[in-house]
Amino acid sequence: MGLVDRGRLPKPLTQLFNMGRSYSLWVYQWGLACCAIEMGAAFGSPRYDVMRLGVIPLPASPRQADLVVISGTVTDKMAPVIKRLYEQMPEPKYVISMGSCANCGGPYWDSYSVTKGIDQIIPVDVYVPGCPPRPEALLEGVVMLQQRIKNEDMGARWRGEGSQSMALVAARQGAAKQMIDGMSAERGGVPVVVDH
Amino acid sequence: MTLLGDRQQLSYIASQAADARVNLELETEGMTLNIGPQHPATHGTLRIIARLDGEQVVWVDPSCGYMHRGYEKLTEVRTYPQVTALVNRIDWLGSFANEVPFILAAEKLMGIEAPLRAQHIRTILFELSRIANVSLFLGDLGVQLGAITPVFMAFRDREYVLNLIEGATGGRFHPNFDRIGGLKDDLPAGWLDETRTVMKKLRRFCDEIEDLLFGNEIFQSRTRGIGVIPRDIALQYGMSGANLRASGVDWDLRRDQSLPMAWDKVDWKVWTHPDGDSFARCWVRLQEVRESTRIVEQLVDTIPAGPVMTKVPRIIKVPEGEAWVCTENPLGEMGYYVVSQGDLGPFRVKIRSASFNNMSITPWLLKGVYVPDIVTILASLYFILGDIDR
Repeated sequence: MGLVDRGRLPKPLTQLFNMGRSYSLWVYQWGLACCAIEMGAAFGSPRYDVMRLGVIPLPASPRQADLVVISGTVTDKMAPVIKRLYEQMPEPKYVISMGSCANCGGPYWDSYSVTKGIDQIIPVDVYVPGCPPRPEALLEGVVMLQQRIKNEDMGARWRGEGSQSMALVAARQGAAKQMIDGMSAERGGVPVVVDH
Repeated sequence: MTLLGDRQQLSYIASQAADARVNLELETEGMTLNIGPQHPATHGTLRIIARLDGEQVVWVDPSCGYMHRGYEKLTEVRTYPQVTALVNRIDWLGSFANEVPFILAAEKLMGIEAPLRAQHIRTILFELSRIANVSLFLGDLGVQLGAITPVFMAFRDREYVLNLIEGATGGRFHPNFDRIGGLKDDLPAGWLDETRTVMKKLRRFCDEIEDLLFGNEIFQSRTRGIGVIPRDIALQYGMSGANLRASGVDWDLRRDQSLPMAWDKVDWKVWTHPDGDSFARCWVRLQEVRESTRIVEQLVDTIPAGPVMTKVPRIIKVPEGEAWVCTENPLGEMGYYVVSQGDLGPFRVKIRSASFNNMSITPWLLKGVYVPDIVTILASLYFILGDIDR
């Protein structure tokens, strides 16, 4: 995928790829609390049936998943586990934060043990509000994510720039800069031009 | 004492050495198996560290706290009406049942009692939340043991109950409907007829599950005689609810204490099972769903007319004092010890939730079982993680 990395894909091909990606999302279910039941109702029940949207909710491991739905209260004890889960997923990866607790702490906004929003740990693509959100709301979130994927510049996403979290982008750019600096030091101070 | 000859001694030593060599070759290395903290099939986070010898569990260390949200501390900075919104989320499958003991404790301190119609509606919603809770258990049980179909049936029929709860309260999951002195609203028109229809559907669901799952030979061989809890041990560990009744203890707080609720006005039965194994626990829960549908049907028929709210001041201040109220929730005994100092909010609330005690038996119960039985036992004990860690 060298062409994709450099963002030099013809536009029709990009659209084709994006359509394929948006309708074959493998979702990893990360159910933590009440929202997990509504997520189970959306993904597992015959009434809501998420597979008609082209979403497959049963990957065996985060290493096979494109999308993770974090649903429920994230405590400070759980936060490192979620960070690790996100790092195990292959690029390009997307995150839906489901429910008030995962968005911002929800009813536990003043609790000593709850992480107030998972966007402090990992970048989030779609926030689904509610306590808990109805299954229809989660399906709406999935559809929004699919629209987002369709309009995406694949090159940017492959390089890890399409992500919403500016902090993460900044961190990645910092890491890239360090790496480039290290490489250029090895090469005797000759600057390396990165072609975007 | 007979002395062995040289020859005999040598052969004895040789046989000992051979035994030792065989033991060395057959010996399996111990392994530490980590289960959790999260699994795609669960809702909630519990970590279990198991030390295995071959296929057998040597010891187990359940590590909880991944869902600890600090309820007891949060109630100190909320007012009384706000606390119900919070405690809804302790046992998230039977939300309404969590509100009731707290509201009853506050009413006990204020010396008021809800009107008769409100008591009836409270009891109906309480039993509906029990049905919503345990019907998901019956479906989930199949998934844990490898049968995928029951969970679809459970989700299908559970939606009817959730529609009822939503129709009356406005919330599918967290109704927040109970008020000090009564209820927020009366029931909507046509709700009672709808309830009768849904209860018939739920009883059919119970029959289906009993045929499909409980009558299945694989299911029976995987649950019968697995994870037996004797009566004394269950009492020692402070277990409650269906787990205790499955060990042969005839104890149900709905019947055994008098509360301003409507359970004593209807005819129903407490089911027990003498075996105490995983099958008994599942079976007792199935019967309880049936009993709940019967309770709801009778209450719907006999519901009195009248107001649903007594006179309470606009700003609720609970007088100084302490009160303990517990009820028989879907998972077992749940109680609140409310300490009031005459403020807008409680001074201190101690929450006794059923799952913590029900789960505390796992180190004793899982010792010596085989690895696949861990799943069976944990599924049949049926705890909700928010109810353990609070």
